[in-house]
This record gives sequence, C-alpha cells and structure tokens, in this order.
Amino acid sequence: MSFPLLTATAALPALGAVATAAVPAARRTAAKWLALLVSLATLALAVVVLVRFDPDGARYQLTESHAWIKAFGVRYELGVDGIAVALIALTALLIPFIVLAGWHDADPLETGSRRWRPTQGFFALILAVEAMVIISFEATDVFVFYIFFEAMLIPMYFLIGGFGDRAHEHGEEAAATQRSYAAVKFLLYNLVGGLIMLAAVIGLYVVAGNFSLAEIAQARANGTLHMATSTERWLFLGFFFAFAVKAPLWPLHTWLPNAMQESTAPVAVLITAVVDKVGTFAMLRFCLQLFPEASKWATPVILVLAVISIVYGALLAVGQRDIKRLVAYASISHFGFIVLGIFAMTSQGQSGATLYMVNHGISTAALMLVAGFLISRRGSRLIADYGGVQKVAPVLAGTFLIGGLATLSLPGLAPFVSEFLVLVGTFTRYPAIGVVATFGIVLAALYTLVLYQRTMTGPVKPEVSAMPDLRARELVVVAPLIVLLIFLGVYPKPVTDIVNPAVKQTMSDVQKKDPKPEVEAAK
Amino acid sequence: MSAAAVHSLWTTAADPISKIDAPKIEYGQLSPTLIVVGAALVGVLIEAFVPRKGRYYAQVFVSAVALCAAFAAVVALAADGYGTTKAHIAAMGAVAVDGPALFLQGTILLAGLVGLFTFAERRLDPEAHGNRVDSFAAQAASVPGSDSEKAAIRAGFTTTEVFPLLLFAIAGMLVFPAANDLLTLFVALEVFSLPLYLLCAVARRKRLMSQEAAVKYFLLGAFASAFTLFGIALLYGYAGSVSYARIAQVVDGTVTNVDPALAGTMGNDALLLLGSALLVMGLLFKVGAVPFHMWTPDVYQGAPTPVTGFMAAATKVAAFGALLRLLYVVLPGLRWDWRPVMWAVAIITMLGGAIVAITQTDIKRLLAYSSIAHAGFILAGVIATSKDGVSSVLFYLAGYSFVTIGAFAVVALVRDAGGEATHLSKWAGLGRRSPLVAAVFAVFLLAFAGIPLTSGFAGKFAVFKAAADGGAVPLVVVGVLSSAIAAFFYIRVIVLMFFSEPRPEGPTVAVPSPLTTTAIAVGVAATLVLGVAPQYFLDLANQAGVFVR
Repeated sequence: MSFPLLTATAALPALGAVATAAVPAARRTAAKWLALLVSLATLALAVVVLVRFDPDGARYQLTESHAWIKAFGVRYELGVDGIAVALIALTALLIPFIVLAGWHDADPLETGSRRWRPTQGFFALILAVEAMVIISFEATDVFVFYIFFEAMLIPMYFLIGGFGDRAHEHGEEAAATQRSYAAVKFLLYNLVGGLIMLAAVIGLYVVAGNFSLAEIAQARANGTLHMATSTERWLFLGFFFAFAVKAPLWPLHTWLPNAMQESTAPVAVLITAVVDKVGTFAMLRFCLQLFPEASKWATPVILVLAVISIVYGALLAVGQRDIKRLVAYASISHFGFIVLGIFAMTSQGQSGATLYMVNHGISTAALMLVAGFLISRRGSRLIADYGGVQKVAPVLAGTFLIGGLATLSLPGLAPFVSEFLVLVGTFTRYPAIGVVATFGIVLAALYTLVLYQRTMTGPVKPEVSAMPDLRARELVVVAPLIVLLIFLGVYPKPVTDIVNPAVKQTMSDVQKKDPKPEVEAAK
Repeated sequence: MSAAAVHSLWTTAADPISKIDAPKIEYGQLSPTLIVVGAALVGVLIEAFVPRKGRYYAQVFVSAVALCAAFAAVVALAADGYGTTKAHIAAMGAVAVDGPALFLQGTILLAGLVGLFTFAERRLDPEAHGNRVDSFAAQAASVPGSDSEKAAIRAGFTTTEVFPLLLFAIAGMLVFPAANDLLTLFVALEVFSLPLYLLCAVARRKRLMSQEAAVKYFLLGAFASAFTLFGIALLYGYAGSVSYARIAQVVDGTVTNVDPALAGTMGNDALLLLGSALLVMGLLFKVGAVPFHMWTPDVYQGAPTPVTGFMAAATKVAAFGALLRLLYVVLPGLRWDWRPVMWAVAIITMLGGAIVAITQTDIKRLLAYSSIAHAGFILAGVIATSKDGVSSVLFYLAGYSFVTIGAFAVVALVRDAGGEATHLSKWAGLGRRSPLVAAVFAVFLLAFAGIPLTSGFAGKFAVFKAAADGGAVPLVVVGVLSSAIAAFFYIRVIVLMFFSEPRPEGPTVAVPSPLTTTAIAVGVAATLVLGVAPQYFLDLANQAGVFVR
C-alpha cells in the first residue's frame, strides 16, 4: 500500500493541534513556533499533493479507501480532483500566514488560573480547523465529508467566541457579550444548515444505500439507482441549504458580518477565506454530482439569489462604518460571484468560480490582515477614526491599497481573471443576469476606494500620527500574498491547468455543454 | 417449555395434583440477575451484622464484585450464543434470554458499575467531624434539621443501605427488558422502582427537596404502575394469558379457541386497545416521554446527583428495552394502531423536551429536559419496527447511558458552600478556572447535541436512519429540527463556561477520588470511541437485534 498522502495532509495539522494544546502554560512562544512549523510542514505536504497530482489523469487521484462504519455503509474514502487540489493548496498556504498574523492575538491579558492557556488554545484551534477543512476537501464519501463539515463548527465557534479584538468601542464587557453573540449566531446558522443536511444525508442513504460518490454516480449511470424527481429535489435542497449557509448566500448570510466583525483579523480570514470555501466547493462536488437534474431545476432561483448576494453585499459594504464589516459584506458579494459561476453551468463559469475561490482567499487574506494590523495599532474598527495613514505608515497604506484593488478586481491582479471568467461564462447563457452582476464590480470600486480614501488619505488624524509602519513579521505575512496576487493576475495558467479538467468532468455530470457562439446559433 | 405450558397449567388446575410439573428454571441463563439479587441480599445482611465502620467498604466491595460477575455472566452467555442462535425463553416462559435482553443487561450492568463508583464517592464534601461523607444523608429517617440528624452526622453515620438498594434496582432492571410475560414485567417494574423512590429521598444536602422529589416520583410512579397493572388485567381478559407469545398469537388471530372462563371478553378488540394503551403508557412514564414526563425535572433535580445519573441512564435502558419487546413481540400485529400514536408521542417528546429546556436555569433540570428530548429521539428508532430499529435503539441507549452518568458525575463536582452549585449562573467562567473539567463537560454536551465524532451523533444517525428506512421521514425532519433547538441550550452552557467572566464568589471544583474520575473517564472514552469507531458496537447491537418469540 502506498503512503496515505491525503490522510497525512489532514492528520498532520490534527496532531499538531493536539501537540500545541499540550504545550505547558508558561511556554507560550514554543506553542506559537510549533503551530507555525506544523502549518509549514502541512504546506509542504500540500505541495507534494500538488506535484503528484496529474491534471490529465483519473478524475480522483491519490485515492484511499478503507472500511469504516459498515453498518452505515460508510467508507473512509479520500481522493482529490483538480478543484480540491487547488483549494487544499490555498488552505495550506493561508494557514501559516494566519498563524503568523495572529502571533500576539491570544497572549493572555489577565492572570487567570495557571492552567488557563489561551495562546495554546488559539493556535491549536486554528490547526484543528485546518485539518478538518482539508479532509472535507478530500472526502469522496458523503458521510465522511458531513462529519468534518459539522465538526469544523466547534473549533471555529471557540475561535470566534473566545478570542476577539482587544480594543472595543464599548469596553471589554460589551465586547465579550457581542463576541459570544456572534459565535452563537455563527454556530446556530451553521448547525441548522448542517442538521437539515443530515436529514438529506440520511435520505440519500435510504435511496442509495451507501455514501460513496463514485458508487452512486456509477449506479446512476448504469441505471441501477433511480431517484424519483421529487426525492432528488428534496435531497438537493437539503444539501444546498447547508452549503448556502456556509458559503454564505443571501438571505442566509447574516451570521458572517457578525462573526467577522467580532473575531480577530486572522480568524476572520480563516472564516471567509478558508472555511466558507468548503460551502462553495461542496456545491460543485456534491450538489452538481449527486443531483444533476435537481441542480438544473434549481438553477434559476439560485442564480437570482447569487445576483442578489452580489449587489446586496456590495451595496451594504458601501454603507459600512466598520472596516471588518465592510470586508465581510464585500465577501458576501464575492461569494455571490462564485455561486453564480458554479450554477451558470458553463465551463468558463465554473473554472472562473474555482479560480475565484482561490483568488478570493488570497485577496481577502491580504486586505483583512492588513486591516487587522491597522486596527490593532489604533484600537478601533471604525473607518471614521482613521485618516491620513498613508503619510505616517506608507507601506501599510500601500499594501492595504493593493489588497483593496485586488478586491475590486483590478486587471493585472488575480481576482480580475476569475471575475472576468465568471461574467463571460454567465453572459453566454444568461445575459440579463450577467448584466446585473456587473454592477457588483462598479460598487466594489466604490466601497474599496472610498474605504481607502477615508482611512489613508486626507489630513493626518492626531490619534494616528504616531502610528508605526508594518513590522518585519507583518511584512513577511503581507508580501508573499501580494506577490501571489500579482503573479496569478498575470499568469493564472498554473491554477487553470489543474482546475479545467475537473470542471469538464463536472460539466459532463450535469450533461451541460457550453452554448455555441451566437453567430452559429443565428443560422 | 413455552407459553402454552403456562396456559395449560392454569386451565388444568382442576386435574389431580400429581400432573403439575416441577417448574424448570435455567439457573445458568438467569445467573446475571441471580448474582445481583444474591449480592443485594448479602448487602442487607452486611447492614445487619457488619460493624458500622466496615460497612462502607464491605458494601462497595460486594456490589462491585457482584456487578462485575454478573457482567461476566452476560458476556459468557452471549459468547455461548444465547444472544443469537440459542436464544430462547427461559424460566417457564417468564424470561427471555435473547440478543436484546443480553445487550441491555450488559449495558445496565456497566452503567450500574459506573454508577456505583459515583455512589461510593466520599471526597466531594468536606469531612464532617472527622468522617468522610458521601452524597447520602447520615440517617435518612431523621427529620431534616433536627437534633437527631445532627447527632447522626456527629456520629459519622452514613446510609450504606444505598448499595443494596442500588443492587435491587439493578436486578429489577435486568429482568425488565427480558420479561416475557406481563406479570414478570410488572414485578420487575416494581422491583426496580421502589428502591429508586427510596434512593431519591436520601440526599445529604437539600434534604427537603430530595424528599419532595421522592414523594412526587413515588406518587406519580405508583399511579403509572396502577395504569400498567390495569392494562395487564385488560390484556389478560383479551387473550386469556399473560404470556407475550400467547397474546401475540391472539392478536394475530392464530389462536381462536376461546377459554370458557373468558368467553365474554376474549378477542374483544376494545380490551386489547385499552389494555395495550395503558401498558404502553406505564412504560412511557418510565422513559419520561411527553406527556408522561412531568416527574422528570423535579426528580432529577431533587435526587442525589449520583442517583440522578444512574437513574437517568439505567431506567431509560431498561424501560426502552421493555417497550421494544412489548411492541415488537406482543403487539406487532397491532402496528397500524400504535404507530400513529407513537409518532405523535415521539414528535411532542422531541419538540417538548428541546423547547422547554431552553428556559431552564438549573443544570440538573436542563439535563432532565434534555433526557426527555433524547427519549423522543429513541422513540423515533422504536417506531421503525425493523431489525435496524431495534439495533439502533440498543446502540443509542448504550452510548447515551455513559454520557449521562459522566455528565451527572461532573455536575456533582461543581460545588459551593451550599453543596452542588447547580444554578447555571454559577457555572459562568468555569472554563477559565478549571479548563479540564469544563472541557470534559463540553464533550458530554456536544455528545448530547449530536455533534459528529461523538457517540451522540453515531446514535442519532443510526436511529434516524432506521426511522427513515421505515418510512418515517417527517419524523426525521422533526428530529433534526429539535436537535437544532436542543443544540442551542447545550451550546449556551458551553458559552457560559468558556466565554463568561468567572464570578468572584463562584463555585469551586472538588477534586474527586479515583472513583468519580473513573466514572468520568469511562464516559469520555465511551463517547469518543462510540463516536469515532462505532463499527464493533454497531455490529454487536445488530447481532443482538432479534427478539425471541
């Protein structure tokens, strides 16, 4: 038997989480370094996965399959396609930056019990989330996916509720209350989504008798498994609901602004750039593959919801006074684009959506982490509390600008390519929806540039006059992300090469072909 | 020897006396129960003859040995094939020795053993007058607050009678799910209920509350017993027999010869419906299903916490076992009549338990309502009426009982000057002061909530799967929705423990002896093992999923 590479990629951060949690209370710094090392080692494993993966090979590669819970028809089955590889790489790439950016976020303030170890907990939880996200990308068994999709909520919940910004406009007491509110809201939304999915998972078992993607697909192809139309639609809705909460799609999005606002910047990045991707990824892998007919049936409604997300998220982002909330609404708008690309059912759309997941991860991480550095300096999240920062901290302002420009999809930066692909993919099939979605770009320019203008330009506010520029650690976090943004903006081929074959497969699952060019159709 | 033998025994009573066979009792196959009853009797003798100083150790020793021996006997019987191929009905048709019976007996014995550890814990309260004290009153008969009570405390009395009472209760519970005729069922019901009523009354702290709980439990329990007995009488009138097999045959219509003494009533469906409704009602009372759940919160809150833990776990196991056997062996022919009713009961139990739990401010009451909601989930599996349904319920019960005992053991640790600090507000910030205890409790709560990778999820999945397979999809949907509601209040406790500031005069966490530590550790281990690698236990439950008829 070959080396179980995929298991190792998920198990390494899991073990790292346990080890980090076990570091004695006094050795805080050791815990941080341990977490960083583990995340880097995981990145190395992810790179091995990336290298070993052959884009033109079988659909699922590096597969592993072991009996797990026979009574439920569950097998521990892992395998990656191009989409999963890209997202695993993104996850493994972002975690070291998240760890590094959150280096001081969990240093204990007060002297509690000697056994109270927030720092160890913080980094252990981040690694635990990483492990669960990676295994959800790898799972080709619906049950295995579901288990980690749900279990992920618990460490995430503690990260949101247990660690927040030091500074808060209403004092520590209010901050704790709001944090716990945000955490509970996050958990309840996702738990309800997950439990509804559980009903659908059980339904799938009743219909299909097992959970293996490959087996179910095969059974459907050779006709041994027939799903009644209404059954398929109900099951699809059960799955999609959970993923739409996670993604999040309007109108199930309201937990995200609270969660991102109250958590520390690195955790906010973890939520939006890493964890939420599981939702959109799962739409591609599970909704489209398991329920192709129902997916096509639901497409019109989902597209409308996606467009509403795009425009509504962007509009609300324009109106925000809180930097982190602004980024959260911007993310909702971007998730709208991703869902739009997935359900436009064109290969450009889906390639664009996958690419968008990667690019959104990187660009949001860059913007949010710099915003986090900014907020930690001034101790306020309110846009109005800043002004003229570019004069005192030019590097910070510059990186902030690049992150912002990436968010508004400036050509030359990575998100442009994906957004363009999504829009092209949508136009060819649904021109009206494409037109409306384009407004999202205009609004993105508005909220990003206004944010930059209000915080960075203008006269220097007295409170920010002594603001130090980015430190070495912070530069190490931001610089590689910006380099990547520029690189993938100019040369996205490495990612698209990996992703495209997988997208073709998914397209053939739903039996959709790209619409032919207009001229031909006119004949 | 089967049910018919009992029947003929009664109808041929007029014949010459020499025709009565000596009853044939398979002592080996009944050994688990007999061992426990024997040990309980030894316990009574210990109370009578062993000096006060030595009683505690003698009782704990005898009880632990007996429970281990009984469990070994169950394992031996199961290994011998009595759970599968050699399953049959023993003791003149009174007791079934089959898969579900052995599985549930094993679960009850293990739960009893873990429960015994929490009963025997003597390190939680500070020593009183140089004597180590447990959770039970110094002298249960003395009036609370009276001089005689003070004298008893000063003299270092302890109520070591709790150990034989525990054993008697366990013995009754062992017979309850195995009972194969209605009279045995009723006797077993009383044998395990009466000691439990007593055990509820003997808390060391908050004695009035404890006594109140016992009185409520006793009165309502007696009421429920009366219903059960009435139901038994009606069923006898219907079938002319108390034997499960015989009643089932009459229900099926395979037996039509009318007993001349019962010619007016036999085969009368009104009797059948009323009788089985009353009987099922008595059992639903014991499992704490809505609308027969009213006793649960008060009793759970008032009873000494070790008793609550044991009772919450083991009573449920025993009562669900009996309910399963009744519905699957006696009344399968009546399926179309009881299923809609049980649907309704399951739905209101799930929703009722989950919704009312939200407003609770006392941790023991909260767990009581949560146990009601869980009874609803288990009922969903009961309703499946399939082999899968039986095995999923067995698995659920096994997982649930260890979580429950562990959770109540943790509750017993959190104390302030007035004893256990059960008010939720006192639990604020517990996670900062004692991260380990809070984390363990969080694991139990997550298992209750059915989060994946815990036994709660595996059990819930098994039960819902069986229900969905049996066509009860709406029930599953209600089930997941009430799980979501339930998750809210479990999570609320976690929030309180981890994200709230500790109160300055908050409770302390007692450092327990290895006994409670073992109970909690077993709970955590069972929670995680059944959650991550449930296959072995699911297989076990699956093999045990067939009732002997």
